[in-house]
Amino acid sequence: MIWTRRGVGYLALIAPLPVFLALAYGVPFFGVAGWSLTLPEPGLSNYERVFTDPIVLGVLLRTLRICAVVTIVTTAAAYALAYIWVQGSPRQRIFVEFCILVPFWISTLTRAFGWLVLLYNRGLVNTWLQDLGVTTEPLTLVRNEFGVIVGMTHFLIPFAVFPIASAMRHLDERVLLASRGLGAGRLRTFWSVFLPMTMPGILGAALIVFVFSLGFFITPAILGGGRSVMAAEFVYVQLFQTANWGLAAAISVVMVAIVAVLVTLLFRLTRVEKLMG
Amino acid sequence: MALLITTAIMLFLLAPLVAIVPISLTPFEYLSLPDDELSLRHYRTLVEDPAWGASILLSLRVALVSSILATVFATTFGLGVWYLQPRLGGLLVGFVLLPMVVPPVVSAVTLYFLTTWISRVFEPLGYDTWFGVVLCHVVMVTPFAVVIILVALSQFDRRIEMAARGLGASLVQRTVSIVLPNIRFGIASAAFLSFVLSWEEIAVTLFVTSVDAITLPRRVWMGLRDNVDPAVAAISVVLTAITVIVILVRMIVANARAKRVAEEALGQP
Repeated sequence: MIWTRRGVGYLALIAPLPVFLALAYGVPFFGVAGWSLTLPEPGLSNYERVFTDPIVLGVLLRTLRICAVVTIVTTAAAYALAYIWVQGSPRQRIFVEFCILVPFWISTLTRAFGWLVLLYNRGLVNTWLQDLGVTTEPLTLVRNEFGVIVGMTHFLIPFAVFPIASAMRHLDERVLLASRGLGAGRLRTFWSVFLPMTMPGILGAALIVFVFSLGFFITPAILGGGRSVMAAEFVYVQLFQTANWGLAAAISVVMVAIVAVLVTLLFRLTRVEKLMG
Repeated sequence: MALLITTAIMLFLLAPLVAIVPISLTPFEYLSLPDDELSLRHYRTLVEDPAWGASILLSLRVALVSSILATVFATTFGLGVWYLQPRLGGLLVGFVLLPMVVPPVVSAVTLYFLTTWISRVFEPLGYDTWFGVVLCHVVMVTPFAVVIILVALSQFDRRIEMAARGLGASLVQRTVSIVLPNIRFGIASAAFLSFVLSWEEIAVTLFVTSVDAITLPRRVWMGLRDNVDPAVAAISVVLTAITVIVILVRMIVANARAKRVAEEALGQP
């Protein structure tokens, strides 16, 4: 059908975007992969460095560790929020929706800046703690891993709420009634029925959060203060400060490989259409 | 109990946004809480310093052009997939959604490669130019527009279009007078989302600009990295206030509409 004269119209609709992306995104990506194999000299030396250089390995391990912590905290918090959003009274729903949507639409920069203001040495939290006499010395809450984890969790909660809430909405309420009718208490119903049945939403949310957090750049750069460098910031430094393009490219390729594995997992575990709803 | 935890999480979500307000009113030149007097000097900086104005205008222009291009790309592509339903449609959709899934920093390196390559051929359109930024933003935001358009099309009854086809309407006629009007809300949402995403894009922009094409987020970034400039707090408060107002209005409108629909449904026999 495509190759008939009438098919030309359809082809003109479907083709431009894939062609544009192939040229502006696909081809340059292979160029980057080319950098990883040719700069500074041809060979696999960059990949060797990624897996043996203690500095690079340290950055990658820190990235995975921070991502794991962020994923667990974010998913748990999002589950509680989604629960009230779906099951709460109309008034509670409006409050929760507002608290999810406002951060969701505000830029990464503003949100990271907000945490900087709250957590830095002379920031609001330290000022209050000292005024209340809880601490005498200011606590170091920012420009370290703690600050990065707080900021990333804050950024990612809305993204985790949507798939979990979707799973909760598609749950057949009658199974909960059945559970109660058969004599299970509220808590038992939650643990044995509600939680297992919304598990696909939890897994989907966790994977989305993990994939998103792997390539995080802005929040760690501002709240990590150059000390707890994560993979993305490390790439930026290699590219613009030490001009080590080959290594930056090799780390990029490795990150894409990790994400490809995770996304394949996501497809296996849940149907993606369900997460969008 | 659940309610208590949720309230704590909600406070956690809003706290950093509220915390910026007092900082923006400090009379001092550095990041600090105001002592006795409040000052609007940092808001005045936003208006008086031409650099902030230039960045705001640049960001508006980039976001507008990116949003138009992304919406056109996404709409034509969505229509093509919807009409043809090609056997490999899933794969094709997966391909155009890639920039949404690939880690932002990898996209940034890729687009850095693209813009520096263009610069070698024709400098005014490549690295550190407004056109280069638009190009990169279109790559990054179009996938989100595609998702919205595909959702809108999936909710449109295919039989209406088939009826038009049966009555002899051409592809152009069907598209312009049947399908597009029916997915107009989807198109508007796609355009709006693309605009917002481009307006606040920073990860990729950092990699493809340096001294000339300084968008608003890039200027905020510069104000944050070295000595934190309280003008950053002022612009953040302004942007947050706009966002909150838009969301409140949308929620009120959506509530009113839901109520009206419910009343109409009840009123019908």
